[in-house]
Amino acid sequence: MSGTFVGMPAFPTAARAALGDTQLRRNLAHATQTIRDKRALVVAEVEDWEDLRLAGAGVKEAALRDLATHLETLEASLTRAGATVHWARDAAEACAIVASITHAHGADEVAKVKSMATAEIGLNEALEAEGIAAWETDLAELIVQLGDDLPSHILVPAIHRNRAEIREIFQRRMGDVGKAAPADLSDEPAVLAGAAREHLREKFLRAKVAVSGANFAVADTGTLVVVESEGNGRMCLTLPEVLVSVVGIEKVVATWADLDPMLRLLPRSSTGERMNPYTSTWSGVSPGDGPQEVHVVLLDNGRTRALADDVGRQALRCIRCSACLNVCPVYERVGGHAYGSVYPGPIGAILNPLLNGVSDEQTASLPYASSLCGACFEVCPVRIDIPSVLVDQRAAVVDSHRNDRVPSAEALAMKATAWAFSDSRRLAWAERASGIAGRVITRFSRTTLPGGRAASGRLPGPAAGWTGARDLPAPPAESFREWWDRTDGGQR
Amino acid sequence: MTSARDDILAAVRSALADVSPAVSVPAAPRAPDRGDLVALFVERVEDYRAVVTRCTSAELGGVVAEVLGARTSVVPPGLELEVPNAVVDDAFTADQLDAIDAVVTRARVGIAETGTIVLDHQPDQGRRAISLVPDLHVCIVDVSQVVADVPDAIALLDPSRPLTWISGPSATSDIELNRVEGVHGPRTLHVVLVL
Ligand code: SF4
Repeated sequence: MSGTFVGMPAFPTAARAALGDTQLRRNLAHATQTIRDKRALVVAEVEDWEDLRLAGAGVKEAALRDLATHLETLEASLTRAGATVHWARDAAEACAIVASITHAHGADEVAKVKSMATAEIGLNEALEAEGIAAWETDLAELIVQLGDDLPSHILVPAIHRNRAEIREIFQRRMGDVGKAAPADLSDEPAVLAGAAREHLREKFLRAKVAVSGANFAVADTGTLVVVESEGNGRMCLTLPEVLVSVVGIEKVVATWADLDPMLRLLPRSSTGERMNPYTSTWSGVSPGDGPQEVHVVLLDNGRTRALADDVGRQALRCIRCSACLNVCPVYERVGGHAYGSVYPGPIGAILNPLLNGVSDEQTASLPYASSLCGACFEVCPVRIDIPSVLVDQRAAVVDSHRNDRVPSAEALAMKATAWAFSDSRRLAWAERASGIAGRVITRFSRTTLPGGRAASGRLPGPAAGWTGARDLPAPPAESFREWWDRTDGGQR
Repeated sequence: MTSARDDILAAVRSALADVSPAVSVPAAPRAPDRGDLVALFVERVEDYRAVVTRCTSAELGGVVAEVLGARTSVVPPGLELEVPNAVVDDAFTADQLDAIDAVVTRARVGIAETGTIVLDHQPDQGRRAISLVPDLHVCIVDVSQVVADVPDAIALLDPSRPLTWISGPSATSDIELNRVEGVHGPRTLHVVLVL
């Protein structure tokens, strides 16, 4: 029904392909510029934004540091409010729980509210294998689903599509799965939104089972919170008889009052609005109002792994606002698909390795998908120091290769450097060799750096990977020691 | 075999074995005094392209009737306002609600800073479905219900009730990140502010 990230190449390969797609780069540059401007305006309106960030980070950090207690409190409050609580160690367990609830009600379809947790566990594909159709109802998710595409942004999964492409997807595919798009569909955003309204309405009205995530789960009251724009969330949370919410264990906040900084931080950081059009909160079952059977699946799927990482733990504070994606120069150029995960951009570059470890090449490439410029940390509403976590994850990647039988070129170079630097005679010899190399490069090189210094282009052999994207300045012909000897420390 | 619950809680505890749960959480700052809250509320609600009409309580019935015009409407059982041609909600199905043009409700609180209205779905607002499916939502807010900012609303609201926070008509930013009004929720929000 939709694509899969499984088997994606490592970031550098995927990024190179994405960089060649000029349409993608234009769409992304336009969209991220729009959202950056909007965010900047509404953030500037809040005089004490930095203090609000500190409060938001504090609320989430406090919840994480006593997570077991809060999870038990949440479970008790939810149960008291009439909800059924399930626990899932991994994606397969969570998907199986949702499928069995759906089967128990004899349903062969579910209506879905956009949720990162259900995207992460591949719920749609798992349900499809069980004969259950999962209808995405968020406009961008619908565009991705109908286009057999992959999400490329946390907030706007179809950010890589422009209006003309969306019109084409709607016209080609809507009729296959429900109400067809009108024949005279234009590419006006309002008209496209109207077509989505028509297409999805029959699905909302007949859905028996809905699946959601939650932006926050309040431990002391058993309240779940869904923040949205279109009203598809309200439809799914209100009309069906049965509601299943898949909630990552890191979504917990301790108290109802803790929602205050979060609900002020999230919409301004995310869509650049003072408040998003709709926020729904519910605590279990409300007699005579909304679903009368409410399930909550508390999901681990790597979160306890991340929680054990002293530097990386802060990534679990993330409220999925996507501000870090929108300001990231790397994301803006390569787009979300190159990250090979439902979590792209700066947060994806740390969250994927933290949740899954760095044993596969694709995930291990992610901590390097950054120039460490720090823009992500500056905008993050919960002050996740993404650059520090990136550096720490790079160390984790290097550590994971310590016992490799064939050492990497980088490891060999580092070893050789250590050997040369630890003895002054060896160092003097190495510098002389470098000076000769420098004179050779200067004579033959066709690359000149700003300032006129010669540089090597792409070097052959093991250094090719490093020099493929960088110019290596030619070493100076005379080393510092040679200069010192010749001039007696600058006296002559 | 241990349960998933026990495994997860044990994994959480072992992950945090050397971590102190004590963190100081700084209090969230308050927005400075903005002066006339009602004026700010109106300005910010209108900023979402919602329509705002001000009236006295004596004028309310006439204003609501005028806003509705010839439209059919549903009202909650506890609205306490005569609305011409309205049907009182009687556990209508979603399909039945879909055939009705408009809904008239009251509200629980209005937030000036963000232009937000919160419904807590008491009998004067009705269950969630009625203020969702019809295409026009006429929402009556009393000026005394307007508070300054989000923390004031949080303090007033009862989390055990279902709550719907509404900031303008339904909208999306999913196409090229431009805001477009009118997706699945009511495409028109008309706020009647009673002075
Ligand atoms: S890391 Fe911070 S900025 Fe990025 S999505 Fe999460 S909360 Fe938002």
